[in-house]
Amino acid sequence: MAQNTTVQTDGHDEHHHESPVVFGFWVYLMTDCIIFGTLFAAFAVLRNQFNGGPTGHELFEFGGLGLETALLLVSSITYGFGMIAAHKAEVSKVIMWLGVTFLLGLGFVGLEVREFAHMIADGAGPDRSAFLSAFFTLVSTHGLHVTCGLIWIVTLIVQLMGTTEIPERMMNKLTCLSLFWHFLDIVWICVFTYVYLASMI
Amino acid sequence: MSTSHTSSSGESHGSVASYVIGFVLAVILTVLSFAVVSTHSLSPTGTLGALSVLALVQVLVHLHYFLHMGGSSEQRWNNIAFVFTVSFVAILIVGTVFIMTNTAAHMMSR
Amino acid sequence: MLGRLSLSAIPLDVPILVGTFIGVAIVGIAVLGLITYYGKWGYLWKEWFTSVDHKRLAVMYIVLALVALFRGFADAIMMRTQLALAYAGNPGYLPPHHYDQIFSAHGTIMIFFLAMAFMTGLFNFVVPLQIGARDVAFPFLNNLSFWMTAVAFILVNVSLFIGEFSQCGWLAYPPLSETQFSPGVGVDYYIWAIQISGVGTLLTGVNFFVTIVKMRAPGMSWMKMPVFTWTAFCSSILIMVSFPVLTVAVALLGLDRYFGMHFFTNDGGGNQMMYLNLIWAWGHPEVYILVIPAFGVFSEVVPAFSGKPLFGYATMVYATCSIMVLSFVVWVHHFFTMGAGPDVNAFFGIATMIISIPTGVKLFNWMFTMYKGRIQYHACMYWAVGFMVTFTIGGMTGVMMAIPGADFVLHNSLFLIAHFHNVIIGGVYFGYICGMNFWAPKVLGFKLNESWGIRAFWFWLVGFFFAFVPLYVLGFQGMTRRLNHYDNPAWHPWLLIAEVGAVLILLGIACQLMQLYVSIRDCNLPANRDVTGDPWNGRTLEWSTSSPPPIYNFAIVPNVTALDAFMHDKEGGIDTRQAGGHYEAIHMPKNTAAGLVVGISSLVFGFAAVWYIWWLAALGLIGVIGAVIARSANKDIDYYIPAEEVARIENEHTRKLLAQAAE
Repeated sequence: MAQNTTVQTDGHDEHHHESPVVFGFWVYLMTDCIIFGTLFAAFAVLRNQFNGGPTGHELFEFGGLGLETALLLVSSITYGFGMIAAHKAEVSKVIMWLGVTFLLGLGFVGLEVREFAHMIADGAGPDRSAFLSAFFTLVSTHGLHVTCGLIWIVTLIVQLMGTTEIPERMMNKLTCLSLFWHFLDIVWICVFTYVYLASMI
Repeated sequence: MSTSHTSSSGESHGSVASYVIGFVLAVILTVLSFAVVSTHSLSPTGTLGALSVLALVQVLVHLHYFLHMGGSSEQRWNNIAFVFTVSFVAILIVGTVFIMTNTAAHMMSR
Repeated sequence: MLGRLSLSAIPLDVPILVGTFIGVAIVGIAVLGLITYYGKWGYLWKEWFTSVDHKRLAVMYIVLALVALFRGFADAIMMRTQLALAYAGNPGYLPPHHYDQIFSAHGTIMIFFLAMAFMTGLFNFVVPLQIGARDVAFPFLNNLSFWMTAVAFILVNVSLFIGEFSQCGWLAYPPLSETQFSPGVGVDYYIWAIQISGVGTLLTGVNFFVTIVKMRAPGMSWMKMPVFTWTAFCSSILIMVSFPVLTVAVALLGLDRYFGMHFFTNDGGGNQMMYLNLIWAWGHPEVYILVIPAFGVFSEVVPAFSGKPLFGYATMVYATCSIMVLSFVVWVHHFFTMGAGPDVNAFFGIATMIISIPTGVKLFNWMFTMYKGRIQYHACMYWAVGFMVTFTIGGMTGVMMAIPGADFVLHNSLFLIAHFHNVIIGGVYFGYICGMNFWAPKVLGFKLNESWGIRAFWFWLVGFFFAFVPLYVLGFQGMTRRLNHYDNPAWHPWLLIAEVGAVLILLGIACQLMQLYVSIRDCNLPANRDVTGDPWNGRTLEWSTSSPPPIYNFAIVPNVTALDAFMHDKEGGIDTRQAGGHYEAIHMPKNTAAGLVVGISSLVFGFAAVWYIWWLAALGLIGVIGAVIARSANKDIDYYIPAEEVARIENEHTRKLLAQAAE
């Protein structure tokens, strides 16, 4: 397989530097996966250290969590539609679906910020107990990633505006962002299962 | 170059149908997870077990329908990297819990 | 406006630091003045700072590593001198506050900025050439990685003159490193330096992993890949797997300090033992990240100077891979005494001992390679044989400490210090210096001076044993690490011997400097110039290029049909270069200043975060994000070297080769 990718260097050299981009980004995502894995390990150790403060059972509620999950899940499929449009080189549709995904992601981040603000106002901030430190850190690391994804979406929308075709470099960027966005969704599955629902049993 | 596909990078792409199938499956699994907890129909351990199974299945659904992971030969190294990473994360989480609970028990710190 | 920063942060009351500052300032101004005088700024900017060429970055990494060596060694000899003096009521010349910073900085610098930078330098130079590639997979990220490492090193050194450095040891264990016990900025400097250099290292890992998976020359299947590349591959995997854990562990410590969280605090339900668990889940793979490439260097050097192929190539590869995998399941042996029960300690103790098996396989492979070989005692071979002896001793003391019961006696004693210096100096450092001597002609176009190289080796080897064997003895006598002064008369003579060892090592470093000076001075002597590009009758592809290689490495990507591809071609009378073949225009990445801008912005961010200057931190962060976005929008990132230019460069080298052959 390695032979196939490098043998291209004679004839059409443009593949030489661009082709490893998506694979490289996938590998980077794997290291990101380990960041989340480590945070989950820390959460697993500290999940019962309430220090006399509120427990997850008292803090979490189904409504907000369900809405956040729904927004993220829908944003996954809208991004998917954007990718399908990208493969057909329909630039305006790509921009439209990216815009929808952006709004859904923004909604998710907004809900999360609101949830955090309420908790902090109620005296259940990250400095209250080790459990809350671990909770805030894990969930906000995911939220921070989503925020980076939002900045990335805006950047790509701006770069796409006014163009009529999608060159290979742009396609690679869209594919990388697609991997990133869907990957965050997978992390969220683990977050709502093991952080929220498992505390609400 | 305008419609170049990135299959050379080990990435395939789905169709509207596959995204919709994945989405419907994901919604069903999510709702089941929420239902298992909110209805209290199982014992706490049973609930945690059910949640884990549902989460695992949903992760696989996402990997297949949204991230388009599959067995094709271009994706071989993507898959190897993924399996390796998941194994390491498992070692890290299981090891950490093993070490920390054992220490807590012996030090009577918890 | 300036956060916690005020004039009192500048340690004017510590004469050693004031003197150091004056010295650094004079040397710095002299260097800057010379560059300006000779008008070299444009050259440095165009050819080095903004370069994305892996060969240039390799040189910059190694220069950074050597600067870090001087800083780290200055710390080391200061500690040894303090302990030689501070006995029986004499407080020595370093008060605890300063001494504690010195041992923390020594460890941090030696691991993160000497060893890691040197290793990355070797990767950068050798790997693309060995696999027949024209560059790494992501040349821009390569430049970015370098600058992240470099600015993190600058941040550590800024702490010398503005504020203070961490006093909590090289791993900053909580609760000592928490705000409650370390309210100063020292630990914050440590945190941000580690995080910034961590980004650089992680990107390096990803870069080389992808390069090796995707960019090998046609025909180079996995089992035809040179051993150094194999070790770089395993080391990159370890980087990718373990550095995120370090990032998280240090970030959680930072969250405790900056936001009053309770991960590792005494109160609030925190658990400082979890920090040990996480930091060593990185820390153990880290030592293998460093030593596996050193094994790779010896696996190239020993065959080259024994005139034989490596004995047991396949077992070498399997041994490397099994060391890599085993290194994930041994991390508890760094904290056997933490209080885990026999199940945990026995599991991790046994796993640790198993590692000695593949390592032993490697040692026997090197020795069987030498057996009945035509051994040339070049300076490289001195380092290699010195390594085999020294590292074996270090490995055996390691197995001793892998026995949990024995570790309860030896943990945190000077025995431990002697053990890890034994493997890190005797393994990692000897390996990298060996590699530097081996590949220097390829990098520079001329050989390093041999006599000075051998002198450096003897001083280092003898100095090492003088400096560290006494520490084994002291460990058995019960002396713990990180002591500032002591009263036990039995310890004093041993510490005096260790001081002699440190001075011998100082002479070793002086010889290395002399070696560089003499080599550069005599670089144009015909005996020293490397015209053929193959001074040692090498076996792998890097020796088939000119020295130094052209910017594109290979005009025609070589076709690999066997292990030790270049030797196979030489023996079969095949021209690996395919000189005079059909040259085509070569696609190359353009230089970019984006990496430097991201690096400097990170430095600004890190410095501002240390001192709580939040507006400046925001500016730094905006700089980072802005530079990345600007880079993503930049369409002018590549160019072509025309075929005629390639032909001209190649024909010139062919002409030189023919002239050399005619002599």
